[in-house]
Order: sequence, then structure tokens, then C-alpha cells
Amino acid sequence: MNIIVCVKQVPDTLEVSVDKQTNTLIREGVESVINPFDLYAVEEAMRLREQHGGTVTVLSMGPSQVVDTLRDALSMGVEKGILLCDVGFAGADTLATSYTLATAIKKIGIFDLIICGRQAVDGDTAHVGPSLAEKLGIPHVSCVIKIHEVTDKYMVTGRMTEDGIEKVKLSLPGLITVSKGINEPRQPSLRGKITAARRDIEVWTAADIAADSNKIGLKGSPTQVINMTTPEHHRAGQILEGPVQQQVADLVSTFSRAKILQRSAK
Amino acid sequence: MSIRIIEQRCVGCKLCVRACPFGAITVTKKLARIDVTKCNFCGICVDACKKYNAIELIRENVHTVDKSKYKGVWVFAEQKGGKVAGVTFELLGQGRQLADKLAEPLCAMLLGNQVGELARELICSGADKVYLAESGQLEVFIEDTFTEVITGLIREHKPNIVLFGATAVGRSLAPRVASRLETGLTADCTGLEIDPQTRDLLQTRPAFGGNLMATIVCPNHRPQMASVRPRVFKPARHDGLRMGRIIKFDYKHHTLTQRAQLLAVVKDSAKTTGIADADVIVAGGLGLGKAENFTIIERLADALRGAVGASRGVVDSGWFPYAHQVGQTGKTVCPKLYIACGISGAIQHLVGMQSSEIIVAINKDPKAPIFNVADYCIVGDVLEVVPALIKEIQRMQTSKRTERVVAGGWVENQSLSML
Repeated sequence: MNIIVCVKQVPDTLEVSVDKQTNTLIREGVESVINPFDLYAVEEAMRLREQHGGTVTVLSMGPSQVVDTLRDALSMGVEKGILLCDVGFAGADTLATSYTLATAIKKIGIFDLIICGRQAVDGDTAHVGPSLAEKLGIPHVSCVIKIHEVTDKYMVTGRMTEDGIEKVKLSLPGLITVSKGINEPRQPSLRGKITAARRDIEVWTAADIAADSNKIGLKGSPTQVINMTTPEHHRAGQILEGPVQQQVADLVSTFSRAKILQRSAK
Repeated sequence: MSIRIIEQRCVGCKLCVRACPFGAITVTKKLARIDVTKCNFCGICVDACKKYNAIELIRENVHTVDKSKYKGVWVFAEQKGGKVAGVTFELLGQGRQLADKLAEPLCAMLLGNQVGELARELICSGADKVYLAESGQLEVFIEDTFTEVITGLIREHKPNIVLFGATAVGRSLAPRVASRLETGLTADCTGLEIDPQTRDLLQTRPAFGGNLMATIVCPNHRPQMASVRPRVFKPARHDGLRMGRIIKFDYKHHTLTQRAQLLAVVKDSAKTTGIADADVIVAGGLGLGKAENFTIIERLADALRGAVGASRGVVDSGWFPYAHQVGQTGKTVCPKLYIACGISGAIQHLVGMQSSEIIVAINKDPKAPIFNVADYCIVGDVLEVVPALIKEIQRMQTSKRTERVVAGGWVENQSLSML
């Protein structure tokens, strides 16, 4: 089974600043990590390879320092890493990102399965997985928390929904996005880290993947951020004083005022 | 989309056969043939055949957009088992305002099997037209079939704006639709307005876990697409006398291929109510000390008819299932009331709940960051405060019931006179 895992580098902290001129996020100076959901994707790919053989490739798009993120994935046992790095890719929204990843995946060639994290914790859109599947013309299942069965032709997945888990059969080649709960990602071994440090990570430019310059980066992005503001949180922050009995009585009377008890007493 | 071999140029070299990930190309008598039932129109073969240039792939181009041709605010009406999802009415409420501002119609797309009677409900909630697609193949949600029908409707009728609920279904479907239509999509909007100058849709959404609010536009592509989380907008007012039109989807030009299949649904047990659209959430953290103590969280949630939430620490320790995790790697919630019990309030937790209407925090540590986002703070031991709170709520509810029983007024309200 040949698997491609798409990963994203995200800032380690969510306290970020914004470039006032371009209205894009300033990522320099903030420590970066692999998107937490992508760790589950890498782990699941490793487990599938251990059971069914094949290869695992990690793919990312971003500035040159994303090589570090790819190396983290390699230290978990992945054999190949590819970084899509080009000034032309900068400022991509989820549509342009999906196009770029799809174009690179077509260059990689044969695959059975693509795994993405459910969403990236910085952008938080959960768009790229489904959008990428569409660009590749393959089916997808989002928010997978269990893989029940895998064959050459299909896999049976468990997808998380609002009111339970749906068992969905997906024909391959296909794409899944995975969520926390699917596995417990392994810690990289020392040997893994040493091997990963020695491995070359391929860096592909827009020209290398023959990307259409109208479809990548800012130019290829239908959505534009026109304003970023820091929201103000208005919270009274009233401290309820006195003995416990008094505190809870005060609290419950606020519930009454907010008409919360009326609804719960129905 | 179409693909063909230019026979005069093909030399039968099989480069395309090797390149095709779907095994859709064969070479017989030095001529390549593409099996269109297997072909995914990915174009890998076109690149592989650069030397001979014998494969032609024609993609539709939706780039030259004449905005004046796109009219109407559309809502994807999500339904499951013949019941319209709550978020649909919220989208209709907000969609009505946008449609009125633009002086354009508000329309709903309703997909399913024998769901026609739901169309009336959508009209009563503000829809001028309902596009109805009914088929056995649409009985349950599958990305392939729903994407085909929705993109079909959008291409035919050219709406200006299309809104989806950011539910499990919407979050999987909307990006696929936007990707096929090559248009922009903004996730999890908390504000939708019409720019008075450009008449474009101004889409506001939290970024970086709510630390920033971003306003996003989609100026050169149509339709403008956005998803909205449940409970962000108020539901539309129901008007039983409203009139509207129901237009049936014409399958003539569409074949619904389906490459995924729903085999079974394992429902979450009744006790663990979903947190996504709960009015009240009572959430517990590691401050409870041990797994057994978590039952007081469930009891408090029961008393308030609410759902149970959990911090990441609690889920990682195996005290409560992941489906209930609130925060960055869990769910984002905005109930009317959120009670955080023994949760210190790491930023990853706060981003998942800080837009709740009323936040109550109960924690031993007066410096816990959860108090910074709380409306009501109780500094104390959760194991003492929560049981006392349950008792007080039950006492009030009993007295409320007594009050209602005696509403006839022939006896004095005893529980109140006791206070």
C-alpha cells in the first residue's frame, strides 16, 4: 500500500501577530511544530505500512524551515519527505493549497491512499483534505477515528459525526482525514532521529511540479483576507464570595435570571 | 471534463500506461486507449506524454465571472432521517437578511429520499424557493452523490452566495463543492454582512483559535461560499402562511456515481448527549482528582439537562470519551451556559469555549487562567462546590414546580415563603 501523508507546519503558540500591510500572519520568530492532527495521520500511515507493506511519503508546502517538520515525520519511520517550496506558493488559501498538493501528488504518481489530519490548528478550516480529494478525482471520508478493514480495492472506516460513528466503506485510491482517537502517535526513537537526520528531503518548486502560476499562491486564491482585528472579550468576571452554600445560591439565581432553569425544569 | 488520445500523435510507447494511477489506459496495436469509467481526469498522463503531446484533457473553465449573472442566497438544507438540522434554520434566518439586503431570492437545497414534505418547513422559515433532489441514492449523505447534485444545481442556477452548516456533513461537503466549482470558501463564519459598496459578502471568522478575527472576501469568483457553525445565528422565525416554490432537480444530465458507502451507524449512547448543539455544557478537568469523581460532572449536567464536556487532560487519561473533548484538538462550542469544573484553562481549552454566552468557572487555584474568561468565578474545591450546586438546582426546580402547581392561587407558595 502506497500512502502519501500531507502535513502542515503550524506555530507552537496561538498568540500571533499580523502583518498590517499584507494582512497575512507573521510566522517568523514563533517556534513551529507539526500540526497535532497530522501526527495521527503519520502514525496511521506507519501502522498501515507495517500491516500491509508499501511506502509512506510525507508531503508539505511551506517555507524552507518546514524541512524540520518533515524530518520529525521521518524520525517516526517514514522513508520519504517532499517539500513544496516556492515564493509563488505563498499566500495560498485552501483552494490554491489543494491545487498545489494535487499537482505534486500527480508528479509522485502512484498511490493507494492519502491521509491528512482532520484540520490544521492554525487555519482550522478542515478544507484541504476534501478539496484535495476533489482535485485528484478520488473519493474521501473526513474525520476518521477508526480503520476497520483494508483491502487493495477499498477500506472500511469509522467517521465521527455529531451523534455517533458512521461506518463508511471507501473505494481506493481514496483520501481520509483522521482525528484524534484513531491512534496514539509513537515517539521517535533515537535511531529514527539519526536516520531521519541523514535522509535527504526533496524540495520541489512550482516549475518542478509544472504548476499553473494562475492557480497557486495568492494569485490562485479566490478568498482574500481584508481585515484582521483582535476581539475584545467582555467578561464581568464576578467572584462569588461567602460560604459554599451562599456561592451556589447566588450562582443558581443567575441561572434563573438567564432562564436556564426554566428550560431544564420542563 | 473530457479526455482523448490524438491518434495521429500516439506512438504506443506506454509511458502513459505506467503513469496512470488508476489503471485506466491500455495500449493495443500501438495505440493508447483510455477507459473513461476508470479515468479520474487527473491529467498525470498528459504530463507523461509531453514528448508526443498525444493526450488532450479539456477542463471546464469557470474563471471569467460575470457577477451580474449570479443571483440569490442559497442555503444547504441539511436533514437526517427526515428531520431538518437545527443549523439549517439558523442559516435561513441569516440568509433572509442577506437576501433582503441584496434584493435577491433566498433558496434552499434539499437532498434526500422522500423528504419533499420538509420543503414546506423551509419555506415557512424564509425560503422563496426550494430545490428538491430526491433519490434512493441520496437517502444517506455520501460526498460523491451530494457534490454531484449540488454542483449541478449551482452551475445551472448560478447563485451569488451559498451557505452550509459547519457540521460533520457540511465540513466534508462544502470544500468538495467549492473545489469542483473553483471558488472560495470561508470556514466557520461568525459574521456575514453585505459590503454596501461592492455588494460582496463580508465573511468574519475567528482565526488562531479566536485570538484574531479575520474578515474575508471572495471578490472575483462566484458563488461566494461560507460555512457557519451551529448556534452562531438565531433561527428564522416560522411563518406558517409563507408561500414559496418547490423546484425538482432534473437528473437528465447527471449520473450519480458513488465510491463510498454507509454501512452502519453506531449512535452515541443517550446519556452522552452531543456537545455541538447543547444549550448547557458542564465540563470537567483533571482538578476532579480521579476518574470516579467525574460522575458529579454527569450529575450536574443531568440536573441542568445539559451535555458533558471534558478537558484534553481528562480525555487523555481515559476518564471520558474523546467525542466530548472541548478545545483546540476537540470541539469548539458556544452554549448558553458553560460550567468549567476543575479546568485550569490552558489556551487550547479556552479557544474551544470562550465564545459561550455565560461562563462559570469553579477552581481551587485563584490564579487559574480559566477565571480570565469567566463571568462567574467560584474559588473552591470542585468536589465540594459541584454537589452543593446540584442540590441547590434541584431545590429550586422543585420549588418552581410547586409554584406552577399552585398557580391557581388558592394556597400560599410554601417553598417561596420558606426562603
